[in-house]
Parts: sequence; structure tokens; C-alpha cells
Amino acid sequence: MESNGWEVLQLQKKAQQIRRDILEMVYRRQSGHLGGSFSIVEILVALYYKTMRIDPANPKWEGRDRFILSKGHCAPALYAVLADVGYFPKAYLTESFRCVNGKLQGHPDLKKTPGIDMSSGSLGIGLSVACGMAFGGRIKGQDFRVFVVIGDGETNEGQIWEAAKTAAHYKLDKITAFIDLNGLQNDGPTAREMSMAPMAAKWRSFNWNVIEIDGHDFPQILAAVDKAKQSTGQPTAILCRTVKGKGVSFMENQIKFHGTPPNEEEYQKALGELS
Amino acid sequence: MKLSFRDALKESLLSLGQEYPALVVVTPDLAKSLRIVDFKQTFPERYISVGVSEADMIGVAAGLATTGLIPVAAAFAMFAVEKPFEQIRNAIAYPNLNVKIVATHGGICVGPDGATHQAIEDLALMRALPNFTVLVAADALETRAALKAALEHKGPVYLRLGRDEAEVVYREEKEFIIGKADLLRSGNDVTLVACGPMVAKALQAAEELEKVKVEARVINMHCLKPLDEEVLLQAARETGCMVTVEDHTRIGGLGGAVAELLVRKHPVPVEQVALDDQFGESGDAEDLFQKYGLTVSHIIAAAEKAMLRKSSQIFMKERR
Ligand SMILES: Cc1ncc(C[n+]2csc(CCOP(=O)(O)OP(=O)(O)O)c2C)c(N)n1
Ligand SMILES: [Mg+2]
Repeated sequence: MESNGWEVLQLQKKAQQIRRDILEMVYRRQSGHLGGSFSIVEILVALYYKTMRIDPANPKWEGRDRFILSKGHCAPALYAVLADVGYFPKAYLTESFRCVNGKLQGHPDLKKTPGIDMSSGSLGIGLSVACGMAFGGRIKGQDFRVFVVIGDGETNEGQIWEAAKTAAHYKLDKITAFIDLNGLQNDGPTAREMSMAPMAAKWRSFNWNVIEIDGHDFPQILAAVDKAKQSTGQPTAILCRTVKGKGVSFMENQIKFHGTPPNEEEYQKALGELS
Repeated sequence: MKLSFRDALKESLLSLGQEYPALVVVTPDLAKSLRIVDFKQTFPERYISVGVSEADMIGVAAGLATTGLIPVAAAFAMFAVEKPFEQIRNAIAYPNLNVKIVATHGGICVGPDGATHQAIEDLALMRALPNFTVLVAADALETRAALKAALEHKGPVYLRLGRDEAEVVYREEKEFIIGKADLLRSGNDVTLVACGPMVAKALQAAEELEKVKVEARVINMHCLKPLDEEVLLQAARETGCMVTVEDHTRIGGLGGAVAELLVRKHPVPVEQVALDDQFGESGDAEDLFQKYGLTVSHIIAAAEKAMLRKSSQIFMKERR
């Protein structure tokens, strides 16, 4: 799919708006993960606006493409996108996020939130679930695709690699995994805390179709997704170079904004940068 | 006054690190969240982060223990216990290795992160494991005492802490004896047996009950295993009814432990203040305690019910 300049501009505007929504949500509630939410905005916007076969009016439609946010702590990004494409009212974002009796849990909950295909929050599980969904489609003769977003810290989990071998062995080519290489995990830089280098070689050696891109560049994301669709017999890993906290200068690459909400001054400044 | 569990953990590990040269901390990318970065800086050679891989943490801890070191595997209860439970069973409990698993974030007190991060069944799981000693600290000072007791004890120990701050129960250094509960308040009308941050609430409930002339005995059951049978049986005999209080599912935790004992040795009415058989959700801890029935007034109501059951039993006996 060739993306033209005008379309890319629209997507970029959308991404900017989603970042504002995320900021609003986390600031108002004074709880939630900004950094890792900002690093996946372009990926989610590309998927939900350009790629995935979905019907927000019919979230349980059997033929829909599936999405799993394996790094579930970045739910704010997903909620902002789901609200924007119409799965639920936008008011939920600020009224319900992380609140008692709320529809928007701290981590994605498929029973409470329309549009969530799988609950998550405990890292490491999502790729196995993606395999199960892909098996399900294969067994039932359905052609839906399964997209999953995994954190770079999250790839420390052994289960990610258990699932990687299952997907490759069974040639689950309907699976596309985005690996969010933002270079930071909870305690600090991935290179210092737990290096997974060489990441691309790891996925290749597990017999995956590997594509490396700039995870904030829409044309690159859309081209990669197209290539993934053409892959037969191999699942695809799209390794996305990203920036944690992307879009707000003083949040970029700052471990502080992994899980600490912004104070009022930071919020105002961030809002200024995102307007 | 409230003090933080995690600050207590941070400080205890620092000072116990001096005292115990064999102490090694293993953690899965949660040093910042557990505030054990200071330990890392002070004893870099005795700090191992395995990244986000909890099963690995348990295996590494087991291996360390076989070399004579004393590993403390530290994480949120969900990721210290529930994620790598089978590894704990077969690589620590079964070979009876000297590993200490220390977990913050026990219960729905976790709050906004929601159900995926609220370990509400960890005590049931850990109690079920042979060889394990299971401890729950009520407040900051007890955290330190329990950690020291865990290090002194030879064999696997699970120590559960809360997430944030807890109302202070102990104001002075205290001794922590594994297998011995703390009797915090005497009384002969009803016994409130609590653990963790719920102990402070049980004490508040006892104060409220005193206003209506009910003398409640309060026990801090900070050691779920081995259970202090003596103090419980004595309380059952002398008060004739009990309320167990915990931030945990009603299945298999403190309430389960107490009921298992009493049903065998001295049955009396027992009411449970605990979570029903369901998951928690996101929300401020106080809102969740209210919704899920873990407040002081819930304890009072349970005490009244337990006493009512006791007196109707006495009434029935007299009629017969
Ligand atoms: C199994 C598990 N262990 C620990 C955590 C706590 N935790 C939440 S985020 C995080 C770091 C994740 O790093 P990464 O995957 O790189 O996420 P990102 O940088 O995108 O925020 C940790 C350890 C968790 N949610 N699940
Ligand atoms: Mg990361």
C-alpha cells in the first residue's frame, strides 16, 4: 500500500491528538504509564486506521482482525485509539480510567472494555495468546490476522521465546508482532538492565520474517505491515525503533515517565508541545 | 501515623545486607518499584537483576541457595509467587532450599493497577507448599523484624507486604518469632485474628466495639505457617467466636488456616472478613476496600454476627 503525503499528514495529526488524549487520561487520574504509551502511538494508529479489518459497532464480529497489547501497562494508548475509532464514548477516557467501577481498567480487560480482544498486564503472555488465536482461525477456516505489540523489556520473558518457536514451527503466518524497541524498561536502559542484543538475529534464528523500521514513521509502518501480509509460512516480527515518551521533549528517553504521572506544570508544558 | 512498606524494605535490606554477608538480592526489573536501588548501589556484587523474567529469578535464587548464600527474591506478589509458582514448588519447596521470597503488593491494596496486579490468592498458594514458612507483615517495623526472622530461619520463607503505607501497629523494635502470634489486645467476647495492614483495622474495630461494651481480643497472625495453634485454641476457648481479617480471597488464606485448625480441635463460630470468590479491579485502595468489604465497619459487623452465632448456640444448648 503506497501512502501519499496527504494521508501521512492526517495520520500524524491523529497521532498527535491520541497523545493529547493519553496525557489527559494519565494526568487527570494521576496514575498510568505515559512513556511506553507514547512510543506505540504510530503503530496503533496505523493498525486501527489503515490496516486492521474491524467493525467498532460490532466488536465481537468473528471475522475481525485481532489485536493484543501484550505490554498491557500501555493501555492508555489503546484506550485512546479505541475511543477514537468508536468502540466506546470518549468520556470514558477521563471518567473511568483506573477508577472503581470503571470500564477502563489499569490494564486491558476484555470483559469490561469493548474492543479489547485479550486481557493483559502480566508481561510475556500475549504472543502465546496470539498463537492460540491464529490456530483458532486456521482450525475454523477464518482468514483474520493477529497483531500483537510487545515491549523490549518484555522480551526478557522466556514465554515470549516459547511462543516464538511455536509460531514459527506451526507457520502461523497470520501473526504480526511489533516489538517496541524504546530502549528502556522499568529499572533503566535495556542495554544495562538486560541486553537482548542482537534482537533481530534472535527473531531470525527462530525462523521469523523480520522487518526493521522506524516505529514512528507511518510510511515505514504501513509498508512493513504490507510485507507481513505477503509472508507465507512465517510469522512476522516488525522491530520498531521507537522513543519512550515520544512527542514531549522532556519525557523522551526519561525513565521517570515510565510509570510516574506528570505534575501540573509538566502537564501544561506537555500539552503545549502536543498542540 | 502511616509508614511505607517499601521504604521499610529498602532500609531493612540495607542494614541486613551489612549484617548478613551471605544475603543476595535477586529481582526481575522491579528494583525501582521496590525501592531496592540503594541495596544495588551499596552491594553491587550481591545484587542480581534478571530482567523481566520471574521464572528465571526463582531458578537463579535456587541455584544461589545451593552454594550457601541466602537469596532474597523480591518482586510484587503477583510476579514473585503467582507467575513462577511451579518453579517455586519444584526448585525451592521440594528441595527445601534456603530461599526467601519477599513480595510487596499483596492484596487489593494494590489499587489502580487493577486485578492483574492484585495478588489475592498468594497466601493460599504458598500455604499449600510443604517446607515453606509463610509470613505477613502488619506494618513498617514488623517488616524489618519479619525479614530478619526469615534470614535467621533455615529453609524457604515467603514474606508478604502491602503496597504502600500502613497504619503503624508497632512503635518500638519488636521481636518476631516464627510460629508465635502477637496478642495485641485482650478481651473475652470475640477474637479478631488479622494479618498484614488489616491488623490496624482490626485494632480500630476493637476500639469501636469497646464503646458498645464488647471486649474484643486482637491477634496479629503474622505467621500463617506454622500457625500458632496455642494462641488460637486459647482464644477459641475463652472468647467462643472469631473473626478472621485479611486482604486476600476467603479461600485458603488466614481464614482458611484458622478454620482448618478450629474445625479439628475446637469448633466455634468463625466469620471471615476477606474477599469473596472474585477478582478485584482498578480503583483507589480505599474505594476498593469499601466495595469489597474490607473496612473497619465490615469487621464490626462480622464481629456482631460471630457473637450472635455464639449466643444462639449457647441458647440452643441451654434449651436442650
Ligand atoms: C510479568 C510482569 N512482571 C513485571 C511487571 C511490571 N512491569 C510493568 S512494565 C515493566 C517494564 C516493561 O518494559 P518494556 O516491556 O520495555 O515496556 P515499555 O518500555 O514499553 O514501557 C515491568 C517490569 C509486569 N507488568 N508483568
Ligand atoms: Mg521498553
